[in-house]
Amino acid sequence: MPADPIISLRGVTKVYGSGPTAFQALKGIDLDIAQGDFVAVMGPSGSGKSTTMNILGCLDVPSGGEFLFKGRHVETLDRDQRALLRRRYFGFVFQGFNLLSRTTALENVELPLLYRGEDRKTRYDAGMAALDKVGLKDWWDHTPAELSGGQQQRVAIARAIVTQPDVLLADEPTGNLDSERSIEIMELLTDLNRNGGITVLMVTHEPDMAAFARTIVHFKDGLVERIEEGVAAA
Amino acid sequence: MLGTTVILAFRAINRHKLRSFLTTLGIIIGVAAVVTMVTLGNGATAAVREQISSLGANVLQLRPGQGFGRGGGGPRPPDFKPADLTAIENQLTGVRAVAPLVQSSGTAIYEGSNWSTTVYGTTASYFEVQSWKADTGRLFMPEEEEAGKPVCIIGNTVRTNLFQGSDPVGKRLRVKGVSCQVIGALATRGQGGFGDQDDVVVMPIKFVQRRFTGDRDISQIMIAVDDAYDTSTVQASLEELMRDRRKIKPGAEDNFNVFDTKQISDTLTGTTTILTQIVAAVAAISLLVGGIGIMNIMLVSVTERTREIGIRLAIGAVAREVLMQFLVEAIVLSCLGGLIGLFLALIASVAIAPLMQVPFIFDPRVNLIAFLFSAAIGVVFGYFPARRAAALNPIDALRHE
Repeated sequence: MPADPIISLRGVTKVYGSGPTAFQALKGIDLDIAQGDFVAVMGPSGSGKSTTMNILGCLDVPSGGEFLFKGRHVETLDRDQRALLRRRYFGFVFQGFNLLSRTTALENVELPLLYRGEDRKTRYDAGMAALDKVGLKDWWDHTPAELSGGQQQRVAIARAIVTQPDVLLADEPTGNLDSERSIEIMELLTDLNRNGGITVLMVTHEPDMAAFARTIVHFKDGLVERIEEGVAAA
Repeated sequence: MLGTTVILAFRAINRHKLRSFLTTLGIIIGVAAVVTMVTLGNGATAAVREQISSLGANVLQLRPGQGFGRGGGGPRPPDFKPADLTAIENQLTGVRAVAPLVQSSGTAIYEGSNWSTTVYGTTASYFEVQSWKADTGRLFMPEEEEAGKPVCIIGNTVRTNLFQGSDPVGKRLRVKGVSCQVIGALATRGQGGFGDQDDVVVMPIKFVQRRFTGDRDISQIMIAVDDAYDTSTVQASLEELMRDRRKIKPGAEDNFNVFDTKQISDTLTGTTTILTQIVAAVAAISLLVGGIGIMNIMLVSVTERTREIGIRLAIGAVAREVLMQFLVEAIVLSCLGGLIGLFLALIASVAIAPLMQVPFIFDPRVNLIAFLFSAAIGVVFGYFPARRAAALNPIDALRHE
């Protein structure tokens, strides 16, 4: 196992609402994720896995506890500081693809680079390279409506990796795809993890998909139930 | 950073061409209406000023009575006498030329054609006062004036209607049943403040008095003020002279009035300006409505694009960038609308000005103000929806259906 954890959660809690209607989604999560790991997060609905992923992705802040990313305390950062952290280190893949409609694949992939203030040529080169990596170089000028679900998810992955992030967060990336497409996507993620050195965190409730991970974290009732080594760890 | 948001704004507008166009329609119509109205209004003002100045610059008109719409009952104030004319010529300083005028309406007949017109009886000084030149032929000779000979000079409207292009000089005309010889035709003056100035037959005053009015009274005296003198000073001394000559007691009201053409000009241009302002104000309200339209669509757009905003926030856009994106989008929309509006106003003004018989005057200031105003509308009405977009929580925004 690689040494220093890139991410570590210490006693992280999350409470939604206040007073009698308050709901405690996380009841104290301790979790270390090593650089270069491929982690699958599993658990039933309401187990706290999505909340944890939102916190790990710096989209949300914990109500209590500590969240260290590369040794930095994320829980103390404000909204914009977290946005800058996401911009610099994170890539996101969602279940619903979340591509901009009526926008070409290349423009979608270039989007994070726009926010980084990269020039036109850099954007084009990096965008095409990322599309090449997901095998959609020839589809660069197609809009999401002209692409299949699997292709759309590949574009979304290209968008997530175009900035060469340290961490790729994937929220049910295969949830909207058939099994054949799902396996293609998982192979792509595995390749990015193994050969690209990207730490992958993936939420899934399909054991077949979790099997691609090195580490599987099971959530239950706002707590980490157990951590097991995946098939791929071998 | 700003360059990026402008690119994004153009992409977003490009993705929704029809909606973007409909959104800006309010601004387009508003700007086009305001600029067209103001441009045509300026043209109308210029036209009025031009017409008035064609009445003669620095000309005082002396008439009996108390001026427009006044005088009421009582005996008609007396006309002026030839001695009044002499007195003005000899005693008033700062006078360039003085011309008496008597008017009579009647029909002029030449061969088969006849034309109802106005007959002016005056002297050659009249043309000097009016700065009016003969187009062909000549003006009155002193001996013609002295003897009141049956000669006449015709305005262009009379010339066109009676002679249809043939040379009128030397022809004989019957005016109110009296035969007279045409010695000249006047240059075109166009529409004046009081109708067609070219619809006139000018004859020596003595002839008109002898044959038509039957006395030696003068109904109006026109005085051209020397450029070196102040019109109002000359007007004051003219009034003093006339009070003295007409034996008006101190404190009693004048039974004559002096009209300054500049005064008429100011009154009429003032009226035109006010009208222009009122119409422009109405048009400006439509511009405001256009701005509200933009806000409306931007708000809808923010809701509709909640997921997109979520994606951008997740990717790492900071709140300010999202705010800027929507704000710039609104500004780009309203500026584009403004530019299209200016273009339409240009076309409309050029097309309508000739129909209204006013000159087309391009006023860069009005165009610039209208454009800046449309940009300002983008800022004002774009800010609220943009702030709403920037305040969205990325998680909720991503989940938004």
